[in-house]
Amino acid sequence: MIHFLIHDSADTVAVAVTDLAAGAECTGRDLSTNKTLTAKTAEAIPLGHKFALRDFAVGDTAIKYGCEIGKVVQPIRAGQHVHVHNLKTKRW
Amino acid sequence: MTDRKIHAFRRENGRVGVRNHVVILPVDDISNAACEAVANNIKGTLALPHAYGRLQFGEDFELFFRTMIGIGSNPNVAAVVVIGIEAGWTKRIVDGIAKTGKPVEGFSIEGNGDIRTIADASYKAKEFVQWASELQRTECKLSELYISVKCGESDTTTGLASCPTVGNVLDKHCALGGTASFGETTELTGAEHIVAAKAANEDVRKQFMAAFEDYTRLVFSEKTDDLSESQPTKGNIAGGLSTIEEKALGNVEKLGKKTKFIGCLKPAEAPTKSGMWFMDTSSAAAEAVTLWAASGAVVHLFPTGQGNVIGNPIEPVIKLSGNPKTVATMKEHIDLDVAPILQGEMTLDQAGDALIEMVVRTANGRLTAAEALGHREFVMTKLYRSA
Repeated sequence: MIHFLIHDSADTVAVAVTDLAAGAECTGRDLSTNKTLTAKTAEAIPLGHKFALRDFAVGDTAIKYGCEIGKVVQPIRAGQHVHVHNLKTKRW
Repeated sequence: MTDRKIHAFRRENGRVGVRNHVVILPVDDISNAACEAVANNIKGTLALPHAYGRLQFGEDFELFFRTMIGIGSNPNVAAVVVIGIEAGWTKRIVDGIAKTGKPVEGFSIEGNGDIRTIADASYKAKEFVQWASELQRTECKLSELYISVKCGESDTTTGLASCPTVGNVLDKHCALGGTASFGETTELTGAEHIVAAKAANEDVRKQFMAAFEDYTRLVFSEKTDDLSESQPTKGNIAGGLSTIEEKALGNVEKLGKKTKFIGCLKPAEAPTKSGMWFMDTSSAAAEAVTLWAASGAVVHLFPTGQGNVIGNPIEPVIKLSGNPKTVATMKEHIDLDVAPILQGEMTLDQAGDALIEMVVRTANGRLTAAEALGHREFVMTKLYRSA
């Protein structure tokens, strides 16, 4: 069972591809290399939502598809949910 | 990859359509009632009521006529009855559609009234629909189809599964000499550099960036907040997308890995040769698909994550989803399930081939989910206020 995917090896956030419980030991795949990855959630992550693969400080940039997807506006620890409460667009 | 045979309608101008509609087309908002009356009288015809056609001017006026003439000219349309309040604009649309060689006739209401117009137009509509009902599908090639692509109610599964599936199909379709178009100008924000890098040459790249920057200026001149209520949408956010950049990066997966785009189209403008084209469109699904239908596209590929239900009256919309929850909870809307990609149980290449098979079946006559459910969203794009 694959629990999460990343698009690119440079990605700092992962996408849950099934509903994940808090504290789950997860298996994932890097779509760019097909390598197997492991991670642990810090909170419940619904299918399709993202969690952090490392700690972020305010002002950091989150990377997905190997590209910038926004700026971090609240501190985030590895395994925590990354979404509109702690990540904002840089564009508008 | 070899080209597939399809059974479709080859029109008078050689173009290939996959549906055989007889359209009753209003020139303006106040002719909708007459068109709907004709479509009610004559079974098998299709009225396309809309909200515009009066006192438009400038580029908006040109877009209006391009859309009307383009819809009538679409190869999915066998014949057209045009009804307008006055004769001049009615004739302009009739003359535009007549260039395809298909049967078209116009009727105007001023000096006649609704009832006489409806009667006269109904006789002609009956003649057209009986003629069209005897047209036969003939053997054509899949690569002769002009395919448009746009996603909606996207989520993170769109970028993982359904959009790259469409990209796989576009790579294969364009390699065989097919024609395709993508757009959604504002929803490229954050991935515009990726699109720009897919331009076939520097002229095309500059045209694309000019269209992108122009649309961005419009958004910034009219916006009253940070667009957090609009882009991403509430549905996108529920599905896990956090920012416009993230949404755009998933969106551009539809463009494939190999294909370059060869030109930029104005809204509703028809491609002049085969290959992939950018069209400057809104990102709102019904508006954008209507523009592609007006540009002559005959099949639309629509990846959805959270479950957009859009259809179009003349261009079949094929929906695919990679979200296993959506596939389960909204199954009547989904033509192709690509959720197995998420678990590595289906490759993108297999998903692309499955989507091509669905395009072939649709081209041969299978009703899409949106057609079976009666989704006929016909939404004209208007650039600014009328005079």
